Amino acid sequence: MPYQQIKFYQAGSFVVGNRLLEPEERSVQAKMDRSNSLTSGHRACQGCGEALGARYALDAAMRATDNKVIAANATGCLEVFSTPFPESSWQLPWIHSLFGNAPAVSTGIAAALKVKGRTDIRVVGQGGDGGTVDIGFACLSGMFERNDDVLFICYDNEAYMNTGVQRSGATPPAARTATTKPVGKEPGNVFGQGKSAPLIAMAHEIPYVATATVSDLRDLEYKVERAMELRGARYLHIFVPCPLGWGSASNDTIRIARLVKETGLFPVFEAEHGEVVGVSKIRRQVPVEEYLRPQRRYAHLFKDPPRTDVIAHIQKRADRNIRRFGLLPDENDSADLPGHATDAAGGPGSPPHPDETSAAAILAESHEGAT
Amino acid sequence: MLRQTEGSQAVARTVAMCRPEVICAYPISPQTHIVETLSDLVRTGELAPCEFISVESEFAAMSVAIGASATGARAYTATASQGLLYMAEALFNAAGLGLPIVMTVANRAIGAPINIWNDHSDTMSQRDSGWIQLYAETNQEALDLHPQAFKLAEALSLPVMVCMDGFILTHAYERVDLPDQDQIDAFLPPYEPRQVLDPAEPVTIGAMVGPEAFSEVKYLAHAKQIQALDLIPEIAAEFAGMFGRDSGGLLRAYRADDAETIVVALGSVLGTIEDTVDELRDQGVKIGALAIKSFRPFPLEEVRAALAHAERVVVLEKALAVGIGGIVSANVRMALSGIQLHGYTVIAGLGGRPITTASLHTLFKEAIADELQPLTFLDMNWEIVQRELDRQRMDHRPGPHAENILRDIGIVAARSH
Repeated sequence: MPYQQIKFYQAGSFVVGNRLLEPEERSVQAKMDRSNSLTSGHRACQGCGEALGARYALDAAMRATDNKVIAANATGCLEVFSTPFPESSWQLPWIHSLFGNAPAVSTGIAAALKVKGRTDIRVVGQGGDGGTVDIGFACLSGMFERNDDVLFICYDNEAYMNTGVQRSGATPPAARTATTKPVGKEPGNVFGQGKSAPLIAMAHEIPYVATATVSDLRDLEYKVERAMELRGARYLHIFVPCPLGWGSASNDTIRIARLVKETGLFPVFEAEHGEVVGVSKIRRQVPVEEYLRPQRRYAHLFKDPPRTDVIAHIQKRADRNIRRFGLLPDENDSADLPGHATDAAGGPGSPPHPDETSAAAILAESHEGAT
Repeated sequence: MLRQTEGSQAVARTVAMCRPEVICAYPISPQTHIVETLSDLVRTGELAPCEFISVESEFAAMSVAIGASATGARAYTATASQGLLYMAEALFNAAGLGLPIVMTVANRAIGAPINIWNDHSDTMSQRDSGWIQLYAETNQEALDLHPQAFKLAEALSLPVMVCMDGFILTHAYERVDLPDQDQIDAFLPPYEPRQVLDPAEPVTIGAMVGPEAFSEVKYLAHAKQIQALDLIPEIAAEFAGMFGRDSGGLLRAYRADDAETIVVALGSVLGTIEDTVDELRDQGVKIGALAIKSFRPFPLEEVRAALAHAERVVVLEKALAVGIGGIVSANVRMALSGIQLHGYTVIAGLGGRPITTASLHTLFKEAIADELQPLTFLDMNWEIVQRELDRQRMDHRPGPHAENILRDIGIVAARSH
């Protein structure tokens, strides 16, 4: 054949070398004229998933709108590490008001732009999981329900990291936080609590809801661009590992974000008007231990004797997600990445693709410590 | 144009003439008629361009106003009571960000026990939020204060609350002189913000400020309110020149020049107080009244000048600082520091209890005779209070006192007194 299909999973990631792509297909971050919306010099921790996610998301939004974005930020790590005034890492118009009102402030900005006839300028609201799924949830739901012209992005690191790693409504079961310590009969966060903000967002039947992780930044960029093609309320929920809060190595941020998807614990999908329209399939399913073990917040599960019952319970949650969202590829599936329909992914049991060796190596490494 | 109309509708129509660009509202009695009317005016296109946003809470209402104002739109909302408290965090934020939002507060009591009727507990609780607080005596003044509030807010980059007594003013039909659109346009130019969220000129708004500069930032907020002490009378004078009537300002004295006794109050109760003053003047009693129009900033020097010659001051206030007594009177005493005169705090009209000329007549007579307690509760039913206090002495678990008292009275809803 005269052409070769590009594979998006070299070196164990889904990232393709930009040099293999046509210029217009390259990552926003590969461009010299990228906006650097969240520029260097901020105070985020090494390996911060939120800083990475915010940088990619906002630069993608800037590219999609000809650099016409206003951002409203909830209180939280992202706000604090980016604006130790008089320094500011923001190279776009940016406002921080309160912890729980970023969606409503976004609505106000959008209303002002509408009344002034400046709907060419777009509004992005953003916050962490606490600011989004807990204290900001009423404002978020109101913004959704009114279908205000706002893209709201939640950077989900599954606890209140800015205040010292306390449990939030997005903290997963069994996870250790400062308020769900591994003490007592049921160590870590309890089962049967927590909420899925993306599913609740979908229940509002808003134009666009998507999830993403910082392991697949091309998918993240695509989803931001897709969101900016639409008007009305849109929601993007990005899984962002927190080395400090999770007790993971700074250089494991991408790997952990990849594993959460490959286990099925965090379904990566997109939905329009309340219906799922695309799912990122699991390329090679891995047991949840692979995801849990590199994080000290789950260390109490791997002591002697290990809590195999709890791990099995978490596995059940992953399996349910896999069933519910159809995360395992069918025989006929030729695409697993929305917007990047180039991946002939192998299902479970199918042999690894020849150029997946690094991925296989990383996954094999993760297996070493499994019980 | 003279109109016989409801206070809320007069305010809403005047607000509309101020050309707000974003109105956000969450319904709460007795504010509802104001935002209902504004919703009508936006839907019919009479008020355009304007976005009317029905939000899910007062906290969201103030937050939408913050976003809109920071983007350069003239923003307005209205609330009352619990709603004002629910937006408390955003109130401080709007003031701290220097956003010239204007808000009408239809003054209403704060629960528990829940009570929808008028007093000043709501706005008094937010006196330190950084907002300017103007109190209207009449419906005419309530509507007149709104163009003045926008002008003041935008001149200083500070938010302004226009406080009007719930039901007593908001729901009262009386004659008002509604301004014309041309007049308002001449008085209130379009909002020209100093700084806006704009991709052409990106700014960071709302960054963290640490101990190295926080005191200075807070002092500057205070300094801006002190500037308002000059600006409020200037704007009121300009308004008077253009509209031919006095509205607003810092204070208004009534028959106070030679008064030995001066009654200080805020809001609509001044009408009843002045009627009582007239009665007593007819009997030769040297009594007058002082209306405080601007409670924040508090005009210390002007209040001092207005009261210094009196022998006694009676501060009648529609809010109670539980555990100490008066709020307005504490401020008045600060104005009178170093001056020895008899000062009385009277708590009156809580939760909508009517303040009658008969009660005021008796009260002022007692004050003039210096027979008043330093802290007096007007028209208190001491019998039922004593019964509950006795019950508490007898029973170490007497139950909730609000419900106990209602049981004693034998009714489950308010009645007229």
